[in-house]
Amino acid sequence: MPDGFFTDATLCIGCKACEVACKEWNQVPADGFVWTGRSYDNTGGLGHSTYRHVQFVERIREGGPAWDFSSDVCKHCERAGCLEACPTGSIVRTEFGGVFVQPDICNGCGYCVVSCPFGVIDRRPDDGRAFKCTFCYDRQKAGLKPACATVCPTESIQYGDLDELRARADARRDALAARGVTDAVVYDPRDTSIGGTRAIFLVRGSCDDYGLPAAPELPSVRLRAGWRSAAGTSLLMAIILAAAFLV
Amino acid sequence: MPGLGTTFGRGGATTAQQDLVNADAILIIGSSMAEAHPVGFRWVVKAREERGTLVIHVDPRFSRTSALADLWVPLRAGSDIVFLGGLVHHVLSSGRVFREYVAAYTNATFLVREDYRGPEDLEGMFSGWQQDARGYDTATWQFEVDESGRPKRDQTLTHPRSVYQHLVRHFARYTPEMVERVCGVPRDRFLEIADRYTACSGPEKTATICYGVGLTQHSVGVQIIRTAAILQLLLGNVGRPGGGILALRGHASIQGSTDIPTLYDLLPGYLPMPAFGPGTETLGRYLARHRTPSGWWSHFDRYAISLLKAWYGDAATRENDFGFGWLPRISGDHSHQGYWLDMADGRMDGLFVMGQNPAVGGPNAALERRALANLRWLVVRDLVETETAVFWKDAPDSATEVFFFPAAGHAEKAGTFTNTQRLLQWHEKAVDPPGDAKSEAWFVVELGRRLKTIAAADRSPVNDGLRALTWDYALDPVSGEADASAILKEINGWHVATREQVVGFRDLVADGSTACGCWIYAGVHPTADRNRANERQASGRYGHGWGFAWPADRRILYNRASARPDGRPWSERKALVWWDETRQLWTGHDMPDFPVGTPPSYVPPVDATGAATIAGDTPFIMHADGLGWLWVPNGLKDGPLPAHYEPLESPVVNLLYAQQDNPVADRRSRPDNQWSRSPDPDFPYVLTTYRLTEHHTAGAMSRTLSRLAELQPALFCELSPALAATEGVANGDVVSLVTARGRIQARALVTARMTPLVIDGHVVHQIAMPWHFGSTGLVTGDVVNDLIAISEEPNVKIMESKALLCRLERVPAQAS
Repeated sequence: MPDGFFTDATLCIGCKACEVACKEWNQVPADGFVWTGRSYDNTGGLGHSTYRHVQFVERIREGGPAWDFSSDVCKHCERAGCLEACPTGSIVRTEFGGVFVQPDICNGCGYCVVSCPFGVIDRRPDDGRAFKCTFCYDRQKAGLKPACATVCPTESIQYGDLDELRARADARRDALAARGVTDAVVYDPRDTSIGGTRAIFLVRGSCDDYGLPAAPELPSVRLRAGWRSAAGTSLLMAIILAAAFLV
Repeated sequence: MPGLGTTFGRGGATTAQQDLVNADAILIIGSSMAEAHPVGFRWVVKAREERGTLVIHVDPRFSRTSALADLWVPLRAGSDIVFLGGLVHHVLSSGRVFREYVAAYTNATFLVREDYRGPEDLEGMFSGWQQDARGYDTATWQFEVDESGRPKRDQTLTHPRSVYQHLVRHFARYTPEMVERVCGVPRDRFLEIADRYTACSGPEKTATICYGVGLTQHSVGVQIIRTAAILQLLLGNVGRPGGGILALRGHASIQGSTDIPTLYDLLPGYLPMPAFGPGTETLGRYLARHRTPSGWWSHFDRYAISLLKAWYGDAATRENDFGFGWLPRISGDHSHQGYWLDMADGRMDGLFVMGQNPAVGGPNAALERRALANLRWLVVRDLVETETAVFWKDAPDSATEVFFFPAAGHAEKAGTFTNTQRLLQWHEKAVDPPGDAKSEAWFVVELGRRLKTIAAADRSPVNDGLRALTWDYALDPVSGEADASAILKEINGWHVATREQVVGFRDLVADGSTACGCWIYAGVHPTADRNRANERQASGRYGHGWGFAWPADRRILYNRASARPDGRPWSERKALVWWDETRQLWTGHDMPDFPVGTPPSYVPPVDATGAATIAGDTPFIMHADGLGWLWVPNGLKDGPLPAHYEPLESPVVNLLYAQQDNPVADRRSRPDNQWSRSPDPDFPYVLTTYRLTEHHTAGAMSRTLSRLAELQPALFCELSPALAATEGVANGDVVSLVTARGRIQARALVTARMTPLVIDGHVVHQIAMPWHFGSTGLVTGDVVNDLIAISEEPNVKIMESKALLCRLERVPAQAS
C-alpha cells in the first residue's frame, strides 16, 4: 500500500508544531534567527534545514481579514526529479513509497537541487550534502506515523494509505462546498510527468498562493527537446563551418 | 477566580475541553485559544467541523483563533463588560431567558433590600460607598429576609426589587447602540452575534464561553467574568453538556497553583488564610467566620482541621486549636503588586523565585528589576539563567547576593499537573536531570529540613510551628528526592489512627481523626497503591478513568442543573445526569455533583445540618442557598452587579456613567509607576499584549531553544495599515513604543488583521504586542512589560495589562 500525506490546510491553526516536531525528531539544525516581517512566517520556505514549513497567507475575504495556513512538505513524487538526477545512488525509493536521501552516500554534487520541480531539496552550506524530508523513514520502519502527523493537534496533517487520503480530500472539499466554502481545491497533480505526488493538499484559493505549481514537470522530460536542439545547433554550425571553407 | 467562585461556588472552570464538542456555539473572548492552547483548541475545531458548532471570536486582533472562527469582531480592549453586558441585555429584552432554569436554579427570584441603589441612580456607583475607606459597605446589597431569616422570593420574577428586575434595569443601557459607541463593534455585526449566540438557550441548546487573561488582567477583570457568568446563567448554560465557562489557564498547573495555592491569601482547597487582627486569634472564631449554616461550606471545619492535622500531625490537638495559632497571618497587601512595591522601597530582605521570571513577566518590569537590587539575598531556581537571575548585570550598585539553583524539568521528575479543567494527571520521570538540577520537591523538602534543624536548636516560641511541622518524607538514597506519590498521598488525606487513605472528602471529620492536605483533592489517592491521577483507561463521554478531576472526579461542575427540578433531563439531547427513580440515586454520564442519594423532592428540615441542608433541587451546592448567584451580595468589593468602567488608562471618557474607572481599583501611583490621563493627547493609542504559540510566557523555556526561537526571533508590534500610514511607518521598520512608564523598541508588523475602530465617532487605533522577550537566550528583545503599570483590581489585585495607552514613534534607520 502506498503511503502518503494529506495536508488539510482548512484545519491548520498555524501552530508550527509540525516544524518543531520534525526538527526535534530528525535532529535538524537551526537555520537562522531572522525576523522576516512576512506575517508570522520566519521560516521562509522548505530547505536543507526545514522539512516542514507552515505558510501564512494574509488576505481580505468577504470584506474582512482572513489568514490561511498550510504546512508544506516534500511531495515524494512518483517520478522524482531528485532521484533521477542523483548520480551516486544516494537517493532511493523506500518500501513505503517515500523518496529518501541516504546521507552516508550523498557526495554533495547538488544535481538533485536543480532537478526538484518544487524547490524542496537543498544542500547544507556547512556540510555540503543534500537534505530534505525523510518521510520519517525510521519511524515508518517502526510502524509509527511521521513526527509532523503525530503532533498535529487538529489533524490538519494526516498520514496513511494514499488512495484513502485522496478520497478523504475529495470528500472534505465537497463537504466544505456544501456549507458554502466553495474556494477549497485539492492539490494532487497526477497528469504531469512526475506521475503524481505522495503529499496532497486541500487549500483555499489558488494553489499558487501556497507555492504549489499547477503543472510540475520533471527536468528530464525536456531532455529529448534539449538534445534535439543541441544536435540541430551542431549541424547548423557544421554547415556554416563547411560553407566558410567552401566559399 | 472570584468571578466564577461568587457566581457558581467554585473558582474553577465549570466544564472540560472535551465537552466543547457538545456545544451548539462557542464564544471565545479574551483569549486566543488556538495560539495559547493549540492542543485544547482541537476540540473547538472538532466541534465546528464535525458538529457544525458556531465559533465566535471577539478580540482586538485577528489572530490564529479568528482564522478558524465563523465570526470574528474586533472590540476595543477593556470594553468587555459592555460587549457581554450587551449580550445580557439582548437575552433579557428578546425573550431568550431560559425562565424555568433561571427561576429554579438562580437567585433571580430574591428580593433586594429596599435601600439599595445602583449605578442607574448613583452615576455609576453602588450604594454603601465609604470615601475614607475607598470601599463599599455591602449592607444595602443584601436581600430582604422573612421572619425566619430567609430571603424573600418572587417566583414570577416581576417584583420590582427582585434580582431579575434589577438585572433588567441595570442592563437596560447596554444596548447595541452603546456597544457600537463603546466597543467599536458595529450595531449590525453585534446583533448578528447576539442573535446567533443567545439562540443557544432552553432545553435543547447550550453554548460555552472560553476566556483567558484577556478578560482577567483588567481593573474590572473579576466583573468582566461575572458578566459572562450572568449571561450563561440566564441562558441556562451552566452544569449542562456543551455549556459552562472554560477558564483557560496560562500554563501547566496554573489551576493547581490556586488549588494548592501560591496565592498569599488562601490555604489549600480555597480555605481563606487567617488575617492578623481581632476575630482571627482562635480556631473557633476562624471557623465561625467561614463556616456557613447550610450548603457545602457547612463542612468548613472538617477541611480546615484536617489540613492542620496533615501539617502538624500529632502536635495538633484539640487543646491547642490543632495548631491554628502557628499558621502565619496576613498582615498587609502581600499580593505580587504589594510585595514588589515593598521590595522597591527596601522593606524586604529576601526572595525565592521559583518557576517565575518577574524581570520580564512582572508588571512594570523595570521597577521590578530595580526592586531586586534592594534585596539582601535572592534565590532563583530555574531551568536556565533567566533575566531575573542576571538582573544585577544592569544594576552595578546592587548589593543583592544572588543564588542560582538549577531546576529539573517536568520530564526529569515525577508529579502531577492540574490543568485547565481541574484534571490531575500524573507524569513519570523519563530521564535524570542534568548536573546538579533538582526538583522543586527536593528543594522545598531540603529547605524545610534545614529550617527545622535551626528551629530545633532555637527554642523560641516563633519556631513552635516549624518544630511541630510534619516533615517525614522518605528520601531516595541516591538522588535525595522525596517520593512525589507520598506527597500526593498526604494531599489526598488519611485516617490518623490507621493511616488508611480517605476515599473522598466525605470521609473527613472535624475531630482531628483525619488528616488531609487539600480537601478538594481527596480521592485522588484513595488507597495506598492506587494513584488515580496516573490512570489512563478513559471511558465514556467524559473520559472517566483518565486522570482525576477535582472534586470527586466530576468533569462538569454543577451538573445537577442538567436535569429539571424534578430530576428528569431538560432534554434527551442534553442529558447529563438525572435521578434514577428505581435505584433512588443520581446517575448519568458524569459523576453527579450532588449528594447522590438526595431525591429531587427533598426539602431540608429546619434543623438540618451539613449536607442535609442541601435541597433536592438546588444544583450549586457550594452556596449556602444552593443557587447560582446572578446577584452577589457578599464576596466582591466592587459591586453586586458588573458595571462598565473604563480602563485606568483609556482613550475615551466613560459613556455609560459619570464614574470613569473602577473606584475600588488601586493605581499604586508613584514616581516610578506613573499614569497617563484618560484620554491623553501624548498617548493616543490603545496598547494590548498577547502571547504567541511559538513562545512560552517570559521566554525562559522558548527563547533558549533554537527550534522555537527561530520561529519568532524578534519582538514586534502589530498595527493596522491605516495607523502605519498616519505615523509614516513601513512594515519592518523599527519603532519606539512609549507609555507613562517607559519606552521600548520593536519591529513594526503592519497587517490588515489590525483594524482601527470608531469609538463614539472618533477613530481609535490599537497596537498589539507579544511580551515574551528579554535580554537573555538565543533571541532577545526589549521587555514589553516595562510599559505596563503595577495596579490592583480590588478583588484579586491583578494588574491591568491588557488595556493601556501608548504612543508610537518611528526610529530613524541609523538610530535603531
